Amino acid sequence: MTPSTVAYQVMWNRLISVVEEQAQALVRTAFSTSVREAGDLSAGVYDVAGRMLAQAVTGTPGHVNAMADAVPHFIRRIGRDNIRAGDVYITNDPWEGTGHLHDITVVTPSFHAGSLVGFFACTAHIVDIGGRGFGADAASVYEEGLYIPIMKLVDQGRVDDTLIRIIRGNVREPDQLVGDIHALATCNEIGHRRLVDMMGEFKLSNLAGIADFILENSRRATLECIAALPRAKASGEMTIDGYDRPVTLKVQLDIQADRILCGFNGTSPPDKKGINVPMVYTKAYACYALKCAIAPDIPNNAASLAPFVITAPENTIVNALHPAPVALRHVIGHMIPDTVFAALDKILPNTVPAEGAGCLCNFQVSLRPRHDQAAPKEAIRAEVLTFNSGGSGARPTLDGMNATAFPSGVMTMPIEATEHTGPVIIWRKELRRDSGGGGKYRGGLGQYMEVGAQDGYEFDFQAMFDRVDHPARGRDGGHNGAPTRIARSDGTAMKGKGKQFVPHGQRVMLAFPGGAGYGDPATRARGDVRRDLALGYISANAAMAVYGLTADEVAEVQNAVKQGEVV
Amino acid sequence: MGKPSLQMGVDIGGTFTDVVIEVGPKQFSSKVLTTYSAPEDAIIQGMQEVCDQAGIAISDITQIIHGTTLATNALIERRGARTALITTQGFRDVIEMRTESRFEQYDLNLILPEPLLPRQHRYVVRERISAAGEVLIALDRDDVERLIDEICVAGFDSIAVGLIHSYLNGAHEQMVREVIGARMPAAMVSLSCEVSPQMREYERFNTVVANAYIKPLMKSYLGRLEGRLAQAGAKCPIFLMHSGGGIISLESAAEFPVRLVESGPAGGAVFAAHIAARYGLDKVLSFDMGGTTAKICLIKNQSPRTSRVFEVARAYRFRKGSGMPISIPVIDMVEIGAGGGSLAHVDTMRQIRVGPQSAGSEPGPACYGRGGQRPAVTDADLVLGKLDADNFAGGTIRLDAGCAVAALENALGDKLAMNAQEAAFGLAEVVDENMANAARVHAVENGEDLGEYTMIAFGGAAPLHAARLCEKLGVGRFLVPPGAGVGSAIGFLRAPFSFEANRSIYMRLSDFDAGAARHLMTELQGEATRFVRSCDAQADIVAHFKVYMRYTGQGWEIPVTLSEEQAKAPDAAIFHQLFETDYRALFGRVVSGMDVEITVWAVNATTLVPPVDRIALARPGVDVTSDQSRPVFDAALGQVVVSGISKRRALNTGNTVRGPAVITEDETTIILPTSCRAICQSDGCIDVQITKARP
Repeated sequence: MTPSTVAYQVMWNRLISVVEEQAQALVRTAFSTSVREAGDLSAGVYDVAGRMLAQAVTGTPGHVNAMADAVPHFIRRIGRDNIRAGDVYITNDPWEGTGHLHDITVVTPSFHAGSLVGFFACTAHIVDIGGRGFGADAASVYEEGLYIPIMKLVDQGRVDDTLIRIIRGNVREPDQLVGDIHALATCNEIGHRRLVDMMGEFKLSNLAGIADFILENSRRATLECIAALPRAKASGEMTIDGYDRPVTLKVQLDIQADRILCGFNGTSPPDKKGINVPMVYTKAYACYALKCAIAPDIPNNAASLAPFVITAPENTIVNALHPAPVALRHVIGHMIPDTVFAALDKILPNTVPAEGAGCLCNFQVSLRPRHDQAAPKEAIRAEVLTFNSGGSGARPTLDGMNATAFPSGVMTMPIEATEHTGPVIIWRKELRRDSGGGGKYRGGLGQYMEVGAQDGYEFDFQAMFDRVDHPARGRDGGHNGAPTRIARSDGTAMKGKGKQFVPHGQRVMLAFPGGAGYGDPATRARGDVRRDLALGYISANAAMAVYGLTADEVAEVQNAVKQGEVV
Repeated sequence: MGKPSLQMGVDIGGTFTDVVIEVGPKQFSSKVLTTYSAPEDAIIQGMQEVCDQAGIAISDITQIIHGTTLATNALIERRGARTALITTQGFRDVIEMRTESRFEQYDLNLILPEPLLPRQHRYVVRERISAAGEVLIALDRDDVERLIDEICVAGFDSIAVGLIHSYLNGAHEQMVREVIGARMPAAMVSLSCEVSPQMREYERFNTVVANAYIKPLMKSYLGRLEGRLAQAGAKCPIFLMHSGGGIISLESAAEFPVRLVESGPAGGAVFAAHIAARYGLDKVLSFDMGGTTAKICLIKNQSPRTSRVFEVARAYRFRKGSGMPISIPVIDMVEIGAGGGSLAHVDTMRQIRVGPQSAGSEPGPACYGRGGQRPAVTDADLVLGKLDADNFAGGTIRLDAGCAVAALENALGDKLAMNAQEAAFGLAEVVDENMANAARVHAVENGEDLGEYTMIAFGGAAPLHAARLCEKLGVGRFLVPPGAGVGSAIGFLRAPFSFEANRSIYMRLSDFDAGAARHLMTELQGEATRFVRSCDAQADIVAHFKVYMRYTGQGWEIPVTLSEEQAKAPDAAIFHQLFETDYRALFGRVVSGMDVEITVWAVNATTLVPPVDRIALARPGVDVTSDQSRPVFDAALGQVVVSGISKRRALNTGNTVRGPAVITEDETTIILPTSCRAICQSDGCIDVQITKARP
């Protein structure tokens, strides 16, 4: 190794830090809660050929492969000859961006000393893009909101005012969206400035050398990880609720010497409603699952992702074609890792977790003054979106994580912040006892939420839940996690998906699903069962019925808790 | 005031307890090993040593200022009291559910940090305050009494109370305290509306729980310390350094011990700020590198930047999100796992990685010859010629270059086909780049360009790495002050009495209520001033006013400083203008047509520190030539260069040392690569210019 190799190592670290700065700038300047509180975003740097060199750790896996694919689409659509300094490009194309109209992707070419040296790209999930609003109810992508094809947002420093006017005229919160587009452009600009600094410092005129170094090292490391695996084939499947009929996901894995093939033959056809998944998003989550299990330490870039070959037949729910509705593509997309794990477990036992809650337990509340009686004079309308999580699946040697997002990488919002965005009241948000599937290792607990409105308001509740009829399945004798439950406080039943009216004075009572257990619960360490009982993770009934604690043992634990002892 | 003031600074660190005393212009210091079982023992010992050196009696000391890592360590090591939390029904698990996210996305076997209190020690009461601060469900006193009786049976020493939206209306929390006072008089109580009156329940609850958790321990320690010092003959008051960079009374510290977290590093920042003032520097990068971590802090206009929240006890490779958030006024700094003891390995990408695991003092880096097998930063520094094996730590530890070479070859060289020197170079470059990246990200987050900054380097390892860090950051000058090894304790002597009071109250500029704003600022000023006045009955107290603002709809606020006039006669148009100026500086552009809101109001009351005498800069004088030299690796040149050796105590004002050179002293070594030229200033600072910035 020569000092210049050390310099390349330094440059690689620097690029990773550059995209991290880029992502942080986006979090700090964004308006949508989904970006600023929940971190639903991504940022990356590319070489002139459009190959991704580094991607920010901040962000969510749904954007991984999608981002890697997006920049070549931009290069092709804009045309190489048409790429100029001072340009900024934009799209929310679900098929060439990151899977639904609610993700805006902005790409900025980076010029240094007069020539094009690379690109910066970033993506963010925005709260509203017009149309029916964020939800499952559309019958085609045309109903889901405004479509922005790949185009110039800024042409050599001149902002396209016509485009901005069209955007403003088509969305519910124009200031917020235009603010977010500003934030995306700013974030690429910050990345660009840092890159130019670095090139000056190391006296580079292009990124060819560092790109080769990054890609070659990543390719080799990924291939080493794959070569260490058994050559084997396996398949897995999982059935989930869907919109109004169940959806079955089927996956086939084929581990070869230098690549892993991952296909989705036999998967259900597209749904009539907006839970379909464009191929980019399927690739992202299938790839994410494989990387977690096989090559977790290798940074994401074009070379480390290339050996994972993801395919799906056209016109399946995981490769839905235009104009299928796709707004809630995450509901199905977040279930892909567990499906991949079902197959991988047959090849690599004791590696992957049992099934978890899977998709985020998100909902949107549209509040308005009550219509059946006089409402308060100063009453307003408001849209409130929240992200929440159920339990993750138990691991081969660890319990699942309570109320923690997996595979998604986003955060929840503080309820005190949520209650400042509109007249909503979150009455409850806490762990759900007995929801983690029993096992030698217990599934993570889901959570309870209760959602109401301030006096004088009624609301529409936009549900985006799965696992009502199909709870997470246990592995190796582990029990299933608890299913999703949703109802009104007066007992009226509600559906897991779609917009539903909630009259004045009523609350929505939610119980989010738990992760599944791993291994036979009878073999769980007694100390862990007693501890779970003391913590209230499990009830006395479950301690006896699922884990075989005696009534005396239960009484002993309960007594210890009263005395304030840690069990 | 007839008697001259004799101030003593005491810093309890993880390894050493430093004591510093100033007698007129003279400084005396001691370093003794921290005595964990009874930390006051080391203080008494160090105090005795320093007093002997200075030739004074303990009873002559007029003021003792103390900072300590004890609070931080109690949180990290979970050695707190039996503590219960009382919270709003429906929100028992806020401190356990955190942000519901994973701080490392690709680790299937991720282990989330345990909350400070297990679930069975978290109790709920039926009550609710709205986001407007109105009572939605009134708290029933009988309910509270029943709950306290239940808690009493379980026997807790300390109780935290954290209720939803209590930062807007603390009445329910106060009622809970009354009932505890009546039925469990021995229990200590902490209320979230007092400890951290800020929006965002996870941060606020965690902060009040942390305060309650360490309160009995810190109260008892501070009580014992007071007794022991009196016994030893001290007749002076004792004050505590807090995380925000000021000092508070012993009583306030015992009530809000969470404010003592990170008081040592805060002292370091104050130390750097004082040097900045002496040199008239408005933009300073404070760089404090010790055995385990490096702390980096921006100091503008001679005062360290402050923030309202930070994370303590990061459990997973210092990863953001793996610790617990504490929302208190704090000096804004980044701390990364990069110190002399940080260990290196080769990862799956054949990249060298350094830290955050540290060799600590046992077994220490491989070159200590105490059985350490893995190469640490100190090993690389030795092999690169930056350290002298025979004169490390004043000659107390003899370094073994053979062990360092073996460790570098085994862990790095053999895997990467490099010899020991190349491996050492790679290791040093990676740790320097890690620190440079942390500094860059921190600067960007604060909208600053480091090219305009001067670095002040202190802590045992900083002078070895400062020059290379400056080269990487494009910083053209760094200072190594005398006493760099006990910088934090010296900083305590420079800190003012101060206290920040703040409140989360939302106000849009389009709906600005000037009367309410004026009233709020006056109230906060009164509260902060009372705290400071309790420490010092006479001193002049000034107030600094700040509001945190953002565009309505954003999630991140930026701090906007107000003059007293602007705070006392609040005007929406002026607030708007101030916000946009700061926003543009941070993010390059403003967003037109958007409403702006204030989320947090803060007033910091502080005593005036005596004006610092500006130093007359020495002109470059005699070039010091040295008859001794050794080979040192110059990273920017990528080769070994013969470097002259000078002794720091032999340098006089104006003496100039040209790189490549090393300047040695007992506590540390200053490395001057070829790019550097150092001048010894009249106060003993080594003032280094980097003539050719960047490689």
